[in-house]
Amino acid sequence: MGNDIVSGLRPALILTILLTILTCGAYPLVVMGVGQLAFAHQANGSLIANKGVVIGSELIGQSFTSDRYFHSRPSAAGKGYDPTASSGSNYGPASKALSDRMKGDIAKYQAMNPGKPIPADLVTASASGLDPDISPEAALFQVPHLAKLRGIPEARLTALVNASVDTPIVPFLGDPHVNVLALNRQLDQLSATPAR
Amino acid sequence: MTVQGWLLILVFTGLVIAMTKPFGMALFATMEGRRTWLHPVLGPIERGFYSASGIDPHAEQGWRRYGVHMLLFNFAGFLLTYAILRLQNFLPLNPLGFPALPPHLAWNTAVSFTTNTNWQSYSGESTMSEFSQMVGLTIHNFTSAATGIALAFAIIRGFSRKETSGLGNFWADITRVTLYILVPACLVYALILLASGVPQTFTGSVVATTLEGAKQTIVLGPVASQEAIKMVGTNGGGIFNANSAHPFENPSALINLLQMLSIFSLGAGLTWCFGKAVGNTKQGWAIFTAMLVLFLAGTTAIYAAEGAGNPIHHALGIAGGNMEGKEVRFGIAASSLFANVTTDASCGAVNAMHDSFTALGGLIPIFNMQLGEIIFGGVGSGLYGMLLFVILSVFVAGLMVGRTPEYVGKKIEGREVKLAVLAIAVLPLIILGFTGIAAISKAGLAGLNNAGPHGFSEILYAFTSAVANNGSAFAGLTASTPFYDGLLGVAMWLGRFFVIVPMLAIAGSLASKRIVPASAGSFPTTGPLWISLLIGVILILGGLTFLPSLALGPIADHLAMIHGQLF
Repeated sequence: MGNDIVSGLRPALILTILLTILTCGAYPLVVMGVGQLAFAHQANGSLIANKGVVIGSELIGQSFTSDRYFHSRPSAAGKGYDPTASSGSNYGPASKALSDRMKGDIAKYQAMNPGKPIPADLVTASASGLDPDISPEAALFQVPHLAKLRGIPEARLTALVNASVDTPIVPFLGDPHVNVLALNRQLDQLSATPAR
Repeated sequence: MTVQGWLLILVFTGLVIAMTKPFGMALFATMEGRRTWLHPVLGPIERGFYSASGIDPHAEQGWRRYGVHMLLFNFAGFLLTYAILRLQNFLPLNPLGFPALPPHLAWNTAVSFTTNTNWQSYSGESTMSEFSQMVGLTIHNFTSAATGIALAFAIIRGFSRKETSGLGNFWADITRVTLYILVPACLVYALILLASGVPQTFTGSVVATTLEGAKQTIVLGPVASQEAIKMVGTNGGGIFNANSAHPFENPSALINLLQMLSIFSLGAGLTWCFGKAVGNTKQGWAIFTAMLVLFLAGTTAIYAAEGAGNPIHHALGIAGGNMEGKEVRFGIAASSLFANVTTDASCGAVNAMHDSFTALGGLIPIFNMQLGEIIFGGVGSGLYGMLLFVILSVFVAGLMVGRTPEYVGKKIEGREVKLAVLAIAVLPLIILGFTGIAAISKAGLAGLNNAGPHGFSEILYAFTSAVANNGSAFAGLTASTPFYDGLLGVAMWLGRFFVIVPMLAIAGSLASKRIVPASAGSFPTTGPLWISLLIGVILILGGLTFLPSLALGPIADHLAMIHGQLF
């Protein structure tokens, strides 16, 4: 036993150092080098800039509180869509807090579009709290309300949503979704160009 | 449940079957130290590592020396990470200026990563510097995976060799696994992730001005390189708190599929490697089939529960499946499948929050882990965990037909069966013991996010995940307290090494035996009868041990849920 320990000390120390250099130095740096050269946009967070100012990331959701925008899902990341605190609500299935939160959101959306069934993703918090997407149904649900507020014909807005739906490359791998930030940017553009 | 969802599950299953032999062949070549196409480039590095560390790769080690060297190596790595986390404020690459981790958190995290658990008591984006992530944590993503595979190699040799004490050389095994399997696989994988939107940068964060004019601090980092090994090595500890649900770790449904496949790749490959080594690939496929059946059963159960949704929410007028804690780009099918894959294996990465699953949807992940993560399992640990059940199953079969049990030509005798029972008993002893302590102590109850039976489920999930070295969580539990950090750290250490040591002893004992040629009286260990027996033993042993604890947690939770009882 004693001999077993002594004979293992040198490889334990040196190999740990060598493997650290390989797997924590060489490996990530090669990935970083290739990434920064070949995929600079993705490697730096898929940021979106408008006139030189970063307005967000294609992959990270944002909070929308104004009536003039499509709303994102409820978020448990910090005070909402805070990437320094990604998180789900972690409420269990029989949680009263979850039920109460949902009731609040349901009331809000019922007022927006009375009588219509509310898509589940609009009143449930995502796993990351940073979900950039909503379902196409959740976007279409908000159309009549936004059309009225923005003074855009409903048909145009519906067409905008339908054109914004992303489907996975192989459709059954995931669900169709609409990126809320991209949709709202197009909404702003649509408002800026009056209908002909 | 939808046709599309089932299509995903079937295609995933097909891909797992298809990739088993190629990964198995690569693992077998590495185990045997054969020359591969990577040797012209990596061979000199391998030899350099040996000569610098004073390693003779041909020196055979008995099970004791193999085990002691494995423990020394893991302990050295543990100390390194503990030191890095405690000194993080003095080390480079700390762009957001995080302070050193408190001792309990550093202990918990260092144990967690050393044992391939990757339980995240910390919240990555708000406590860990890039240096801590890139060195302190990533090193274990590689070494704990390499350790697991090396152990699987040693144990396979115990079954395949005869009349010898040697189980191989630990240092040669981990060096080869790292150089010829893990690093090349991760390099390719990381670049695919990068191209799909996973960041890789030293920039700590970028402040964006949102469309509504608010400030949003977008946390970045060297994510892609860590993400690749996190999945391939069944580690599961992400850069971010939300893990593989975070769009920067898992940006699309296609990458999500790749992540799930990469969790199973090496675990599935090892079953083929085992069959090849014992001279009959059907033996490997038999184990594979038992795993696949259990996998499909678990997936179906989670998908059915999540697809059916929550009656409490239906009563509020929200129809359909359960979307709380799930991402829209994945949807219910891909989230259910991921949850089953990650707990079948010892990965513990999550793309949805298991805490918010329906009661039965959350029961299956706990049950998967309680079985010991033997359904493909953690890299290496899945195979040797399954071999423990194999030993017990041939023992049971031997009792039924009244013959000395044999498996792949080795007589299974009293010593092996006793050691196997010892290794299997560790799981229920620690999980149930520690859960009990937490459930009656003030410090244990202080961390709960949910009241009622779901609170108990959170505690049960935590200790199950720790002992089984999974690392996923019912994440509502606030576990970054001295009580939980300390106790969970002990649970993770015991859960890893108190299974490994008896298993190595079994391998040592088997290696010294003769090979008995199969006769007409041998119980066949390849056909459907054998596979059913194996599954039966797994379910009875695992199921009965833990059923009472599941009744107090998820099952009571389910009854509350269908009766609309809120907590």
